[in-house]
Amino acid sequence: MSSKPEPELDELYKELILDHYRRPRNRRSVAEPKAVGEGFNPLCGDEIAVEVHFDGEVMADVGYEGRGCSLSQASGSMMTEAVKGKTVAEARELIDAFTHMMTDPDFQPSDGLGDLEAFAGVAKYPVRVKCATLAWHALLDLLSRRDEAQKKG
Amino acid sequence: MFDVESIRKDFPILQRTVHGKPLVYLDNAATSQKPLAVIDALVEYYERYNANIHRGLHTLAEEATARYEEVREKVRRFINAPDKASIVFTRNATESMNLVAYAWGRTHIRAGDEIVLTVMEHHSNIVPWQVLAKETGAMLRFVDIDDEGRLRDDWGEMIGEKTRLVALTQMSNALGTINPVREIANAAHRHGALVLVDGAQSVAHMPVDVQDLDCDFLAFSGHKMLGPTGVGVLYVRRSVLDDMTPFLTGGHMISKVSLEETTWNELPWRFEAGTPNIADVIAFGAAIDYLESLGMETVRRHDIELTTYALDVLSQIPNLKLYGPSDPSDRGCAISFNYGELHPHDLGTVLDSYGVAIRAGHHCAQPLMNRLGVPATARASLYVYNRREEIDVLAEGIQEAARFFGDVIEARTRA
Repeated sequence: MSSKPEPELDELYKELILDHYRRPRNRRSVAEPKAVGEGFNPLCGDEIAVEVHFDGEVMADVGYEGRGCSLSQASGSMMTEAVKGKTVAEARELIDAFTHMMTDPDFQPSDGLGDLEAFAGVAKYPVRVKCATLAWHALLDLLSRRDEAQKKG
Repeated sequence: MFDVESIRKDFPILQRTVHGKPLVYLDNAATSQKPLAVIDALVEYYERYNANIHRGLHTLAEEATARYEEVREKVRRFINAPDKASIVFTRNATESMNLVAYAWGRTHIRAGDEIVLTVMEHHSNIVPWQVLAKETGAMLRFVDIDDEGRLRDDWGEMIGEKTRLVALTQMSNALGTINPVREIANAAHRHGALVLVDGAQSVAHMPVDVQDLDCDFLAFSGHKMLGPTGVGVLYVRRSVLDDMTPFLTGGHMISKVSLEETTWNELPWRFEAGTPNIADVIAFGAAIDYLESLGMETVRRHDIELTTYALDVLSQIPNLKLYGPSDPSDRGCAISFNYGELHPHDLGTVLDSYGVAIRAGHHCAQPLMNRLGVPATARASLYVYNRREEIDVLAEGIQEAARFFGDVIEARTRA
């Protein structure tokens, strides 16, 4: 066995990802009133809860809480940074772009994703895609619940 | 004579590499690899005598029927069942347990009855009983474990006059713990309760004798014992089986059908509706032959020897927490562990890059994970073709992962 980890591992675990795992950002509650959403991976028991304090359609503050592997938790941290201050429509675009990056092996980075491109390497590890997208599923859950609540008035 | 090197030659898959490294397959509790004899049996069936069984008068149908029924006899002998009619083929151990819940549970369990389980059960030995309890108003009771993952000594207090069924694993897929099934069966029978044994791990790894255990049901899977996927077995004590109504109905399980009514076929075919998994059952027979040629006592000795070595090597890694009994003669060779704050998924990915296949997750035993206070564990599980060198590769891989994530783990432990 070589003493250095495989180069592919550095591709998967980019320094930026490890940094967010080490020092999670926005790992806290947000002020009331808030919307909440949850993501759960039945394969491993990893879970993430996302909270958003809205100002109209703008996601004025975003926080998360959870437990799980480096990819799921770093993804939660980076997701909150990426969507904070964005409108719901912009956040939905980001969710689509991120999911696309995770599922398309021929994905070409565009300038829209910024730091989130650190996760591009995950596409080569299909079993880990669920880890990386968990926080985004939680955000999607939050937006659906908010839609439901608004419909009911 | 047990010779790992010559056994390895019988398993073609062990020649392959993963990420440029020789495959180190340590996920046997999930499924085992298959020897050439099993693969050949599948090919031979499809090339030589593929036909539907128990119908048709032609030569191929007769050959296929004979070979299929031969395997039933092999299974009977393998677990020392008194009667071939007690052996029902299913898709897997999960289906076997569901069959009991439906075909026995729904006529014998009533409101206020109690079903006793343990906290170390696989979901397949929890969920069918939860569903049954909800439907009937029965109660579930769970025997707890001690710090080493053994059943607590006071398990006897759980079993009483209201107990109708005690369902437990003989060998835990997550902790390796071997449970005192025979003592528990005695206690259950004293109170008129029946005993179901989940043998998914034990039947693959040690001699199992249903008469010695005195169990009423034994469920296990072919694919964890060198056989193909898609074959499960349910052993049922004959007197209990006689009294069970069919679970799945249709072709093959009937003796006479009119538009108004149907009489059931003889046992055990009454419980095998439709065309069964003929090819895989026949190949499962080749797997039993292979294990019998090694001898299950010998398989168990190899397990103990390798588990002793593995526990010794792994316990020398700082910050590595091992779960389950520490005495190898008291346990199977599924070894669960966690390295500090390093998540098992991250550990599993690093090990995979070194060609080492382990399981990382809750092992379909979430209640047990809750009991242990962890979301998941990493698990290395061994079998007849594994050797000491592979344990060394595993240990090196864990230490590489620890180095790779070193400062990350430290930062999170402090936080």
